Amino acid sequence: MVEVLGMAGLESLDASVTVVGPGWAVLAVALLAGLVVAAAMLDGVLSARATGGPGGVTRPFGEAARLMRQRRRTTVAADNLLWRIGGACLFVTAALMVAVVPLGEWTIFDLDVGVMWFNAMDVTVWALIWLTGWGANSAHSLVGGYRFLAHGLGYELPLMFALVAPAIAAESLNVGAVAGAQEGLWFALWMPVAFGVYLLGVAAFSVWGPFAPALSADIAGGVRAELSGVDRLVFEAGRYALLAAGAAFAVPMFLGGGAGPLLPGWAWVLVKTVVLLALLVWVRRRLPAFRPDTFMEVGWLVLLPAVLVQDLVVAVVAVGKG
Amino acid sequence: MRVITDIGFWGLGVVAVAAGAAVFYVDSMARATYALAVSFIAVGVQVLFLQQNYVGVVTILMMVMEMAIMAVYMVMFMGMNPALVPMSMVHSNKAALGVAAATFLFLAAGILLVDWPERTGSPPPDVTRALGEALMGPKMLVMAVISPVMVATIVAAVVLAAHRTRYDRFGDDLKRHTPDDAQPGGVGR
Amino acid sequence: MTLEATLLIAAAIFSVGLYGAISQQVVVMVMMGLELMINAVILAAAGVWWFLAPQPTGQVLIMVIIAAMTLEMAMGFAVATLLHREHGVDMTDMATDLTQ
Repeated sequence: MVEVLGMAGLESLDASVTVVGPGWAVLAVALLAGLVVAAAMLDGVLSARATGGPGGVTRPFGEAARLMRQRRRTTVAADNLLWRIGGACLFVTAALMVAVVPLGEWTIFDLDVGVMWFNAMDVTVWALIWLTGWGANSAHSLVGGYRFLAHGLGYELPLMFALVAPAIAAESLNVGAVAGAQEGLWFALWMPVAFGVYLLGVAAFSVWGPFAPALSADIAGGVRAELSGVDRLVFEAGRYALLAAGAAFAVPMFLGGGAGPLLPGWAWVLVKTVVLLALLVWVRRRLPAFRPDTFMEVGWLVLLPAVLVQDLVVAVVAVGKG
Repeated sequence: MRVITDIGFWGLGVVAVAAGAAVFYVDSMARATYALAVSFIAVGVQVLFLQQNYVGVVTILMMVMEMAIMAVYMVMFMGMNPALVPMSMVHSNKAALGVAAATFLFLAAGILLVDWPERTGSPPPDVTRALGEALMGPKMLVMAVISPVMVATIVAAVVLAAHRTRYDRFGDDLKRHTPDDAQPGGVGR
Repeated sequence: MTLEATLLIAAAIFSVGLYGAISQQVVVMVMMGLELMINAVILAAAGVWWFLAPQPTGQVLIMVIIAAMTLEMAMGFAVATLLHREHGVDMTDMATDLTQ
């Protein structure tokens, strides 16, 4: 907050990160939008291949044009305010997540508790998805909202403790400092459990792949059952944006930030983000769905203890080093 | 810059109070719950203005999560839905209004009349690190006390809320290998 | 942004929460009133810390307040569930005892 408000107080914590003006947020949002389009194109190709056909690269553009011409569906006694907030704020939340991710040496928002900030934003998705399900005043979409919350109770705590591991090793909650602490050895390599659970969490808060039962066909599309036209386009873009933001945040947290040979830091951040995003998109059709009614036990009896042991190992190593 | 900060701070304060009032004014369970969430977010950002970044972000994180769960409880336990059947869901409304107004006037008078002391000491260079070091150092007893209290709360809450005992789950002689639950688990049963 | 401004906003939030806690009939709504009151306490404590005594250890008090709020919520939800299950009651006026 210090830089934004221009108040006397704290200096930037990590000298290796330069804070750029708020005007650059436009570029950050543009990059995020670019990642959304790229992910949607890749998904189009993969889904075309899954059905046996060639092409698919242009599928997201055709779909966007179709949705923009479609009439808005209205339902009886819908809570339009909450419904629209739920759908539209997914992209905003993703942009706020990206705000704390340093692009090489530049960052927009050098918050000293950036890791917590990301966590707060991903919890906001709980509210937004449920509100989208609630607002339509339709039984199927509300069931979808509850399915998401059921998943949320299972994945959120493991995700939180997975984010704790890099913060302990870097002895900082500042995202730039975490990226700077991985000289030579990426956190993804010696904290594989935390990295895996983090990626699972990214898929979960994007309602993606194994965590898609909230949107599945057996409840007529779930949360997005009544979404149509521009609303549906914005909702889908928001999901891709969350996926992209999760991939971008993994780069400073687990993949060494902008470190890499030859290319400059910002290019490495983008390359790593794109690779991770492609992996997340690809995995969509490769994993079975987690049933919302049984995932809670998986989260609390398998993932949570595994991540806690990981945190313990990281803490012991950190104490041993320090 | 000072003016912008002031306007932002007061604006957030108005949002926090107005959203708080909306909790008891709107006739939709979801809107009431999320109005409270908005009030908490506004206060969280105000705490960020007061330089306590960790406390502010934790407030936002916890409260948004809690309100997402709260909404489920609202739908579950609000037996009579005021949105479907408009009805008054309050008792002793006038007395409550009077008490609230009197409380505000009393507090406001105190706030404005008391001669507040000068600021003592200066903020630590890294507020978040200072909090962590306080919790892990001189104030560790606080965390050491909160932890068992939280565990006790979890146990007490489950005992109160769960109606099935271990005899229901594992049989009268407690010899059933896998528990007999209405809700299937995800790990091997 | 002064101490008085912060405390006045906190006092207003506290009063609104107090109104809700006294006037609401449904247990969950009463809990929302209590939450709002604790919300005000967080803001007031943060303001006093920053404007009066920014000692390194002062923020611990706010962590205690937040912890107290989580305990209140957990027990509140548990009691609300118990009341609803045993008596089919969701309002404070009907909940005169906690017997099973």
